[in-house]
Amino acid sequence: MDKVLMKGNEALCAAAIRGGCQFFFGYPITPQNEIPEYMSRELGRAGGTFLQAESEVAAINMVYGAAGAGARVMTSSSSPGIALKQEGISYICGAELPCVIVNISRGGPGLGGIQPSQADYFQATRGGGNGDYYLLVFAPANIQEAADLMIEAFDLADLYRMPVMILGDGMLGQMMEPVVFKERKPRDLPQKDWATTGTAGKRKPNIINSLRLDPAELENLNIRLQEKYAQLKANEVRYETHQTEDAELVFVAYGTSSRIVKNAVAVMRANGLKAGLIRPITLWPFPEQAFEELPDSLRALMSVELSHGQMIDDVKIAARGRWPVGFYGRSGGMIFTQQEIVEAGEKLLREVSHVSGV
Amino acid sequence: MSVVFEKTKGLTEKEFHYCPGCTHGIIHRLVAEVLEEMDLLGDAIGVAPVGCAVLAYDYFNCDMHEAAHGRAPAVATGVKRALPEKTVFAYQGDGDLASIGTAEIVHAAHRGENITVIFVNNAIYGMTGGQMAPTTMIGQRTTTSPFGRNAEQTGAPIRIAEMLATIEGASFIERTSVHNPVHIRKAKKAIRTAFECQQNRKGFSMVEVLSTCPTNWGMSPLASLGWVAENMIPYYPLGNFRNPDKEA
Ligand SMILES: Cc1ncc(C[n+]2csc(CCOP(=O)(O)OP(=O)(O)O)c2C)c(N)n1
Ligand code: SF4
Ligand SMILES: [Mg+2]
Repeated sequence: MDKVLMKGNEALCAAAIRGGCQFFFGYPITPQNEIPEYMSRELGRAGGTFLQAESEVAAINMVYGAAGAGARVMTSSSSPGIALKQEGISYICGAELPCVIVNISRGGPGLGGIQPSQADYFQATRGGGNGDYYLLVFAPANIQEAADLMIEAFDLADLYRMPVMILGDGMLGQMMEPVVFKERKPRDLPQKDWATTGTAGKRKPNIINSLRLDPAELENLNIRLQEKYAQLKANEVRYETHQTEDAELVFVAYGTSSRIVKNAVAVMRANGLKAGLIRPITLWPFPEQAFEELPDSLRALMSVELSHGQMIDDVKIAARGRWPVGFYGRSGGMIFTQQEIVEAGEKLLREVSHVSGV
Repeated sequence: MSVVFEKTKGLTEKEFHYCPGCTHGIIHRLVAEVLEEMDLLGDAIGVAPVGCAVLAYDYFNCDMHEAAHGRAPAVATGVKRALPEKTVFAYQGDGDLASIGTAEIVHAAHRGENITVIFVNNAIYGMTGGQMAPTTMIGQRTTTSPFGRNAEQTGAPIRIAEMLATIEGASFIERTSVHNPVHIRKAKKAIRTAFECQQNRKGFSMVEVLSTCPTNWGMSPLASLGWVAENMIPYYPLGNFRNPDKEA
């Protein structure tokens, strides 16, 4: 396929249709409006159905209905809308249904703002609704990666019978970049023999449900979910490492803001400071493996986020006390410059040297 | 010996958990009989509410979804859009439909969603132990209106059938009751017409059924039936509010 120049939000849609998306239910909210707009135009042409719901609550429950009926279905929103969807997401996880959810996030709390932000990390990775569940969460850093992940997302959702979330921000959604849509790699996917398609008098009724009044049954569901999550940790963790082999300082950053951090690494290296970057592509499961491959030269880690520190908890867990973990972040739609990162990194290295008496 | 009465194939063998004398059971049977008589059991997908009928998915002998509280019309919308040729129905209580789920029911009607909703109005939250619902009668004592519902503080009971009948997309809207055999037959006829409406792709259909909650009303089953006739029907008039066949 040829290279095309596309807005991130639209590339996500084109990739979703290539990934087999048949149904879209959503509600308008900035900065993701190009997604429902594109889907209202194109999904019908591709043989699918677009429906604008009366709210995010209704949209996610429509997703629950269509997914239970065996369809490939997605919804998209931005932070406050994703907050409203949490009830439905929890039910979808409890009923073990596949679907794809896009969050083109914005700053919070509350109505917040509409500028790029990474303040929804907890919401995405801790199971934003009630109960003991997780989503497979992808955080693409550029439009090509967003399209690649989206093409796979529906297959992965079907494979694990769980929601896959693509977490971006207004930067990813609104900017234009060249993108090549790749072929979907064929996978062996399980039959949806659990779907409510009508018994046709030929089988026992199928029931889509998250209610389990018997505690032993509910615990069994939770144990099964945990087994699924263990499989995800073994098979689906993705990350990029950049110049970590000889690094003294490794930044951890994800999504669009990791691109600024990558530039800061280049500047620091030019100044003679050995910096590197771990970029989680799956936020959940968090790529703890990446931290096992770090060199002996490492003196500190620094989590860099467009928030006041959420991923840093996972960085600390992965660091297991082996290295000090610093932090730098901006929020509310304020975006750090490469220079701010360089200065924060240099400062951390000075502090670490001071403490260790070097 | 000839068979004069048989349990409908529309219900499974599972024993109902409803309290003695609760009319949820009668309403289940009517819906199940209609599905059987119309030969729709193999084709139907039902959506259960959160409320005393939460376990309806174990009772109806067809594919079922269990929805979050109030969201059944949105879940049914998702199912129907995915499977437009199938028969999709939701079964909801008055807390579910007339309180937490008002947005979902209004907009399912507004879109003319081609689904059928069975709305069981028992003027109370049965499942959670008898709290006040938007449909609770003035003066009715519940666990959260212990001195009787007071219109000044909590408004007057909401009439859902009349409200939905103002919506263009609503095709068939009728209020019925199951407090005596005559009305049970009428309710069954309305339920059948609602499903026919869906089969003929006429859009949204809803049958409101006035129902009892002897347990939380603090009455015997028999007294409860009388209470429906004496207190509910005068405020919630029975009858058809919208019918596609009556319109030009
Ligand atoms: C989000 C949410 N809020 C509250 C509840 C608790 N709850 C369960 S059933 C119910 C009321 C049900 O009343 P109604 O719909 O009238 O059904 P009935 O039991 O009377 O048939 C409530 C409030 C819940 N399960 N979920
Ligand atoms: S609590 Fe009321 S509505 Fe619920 S089963 Fe008992 S009588 Fe019926
Ligand atoms: Mg009730």
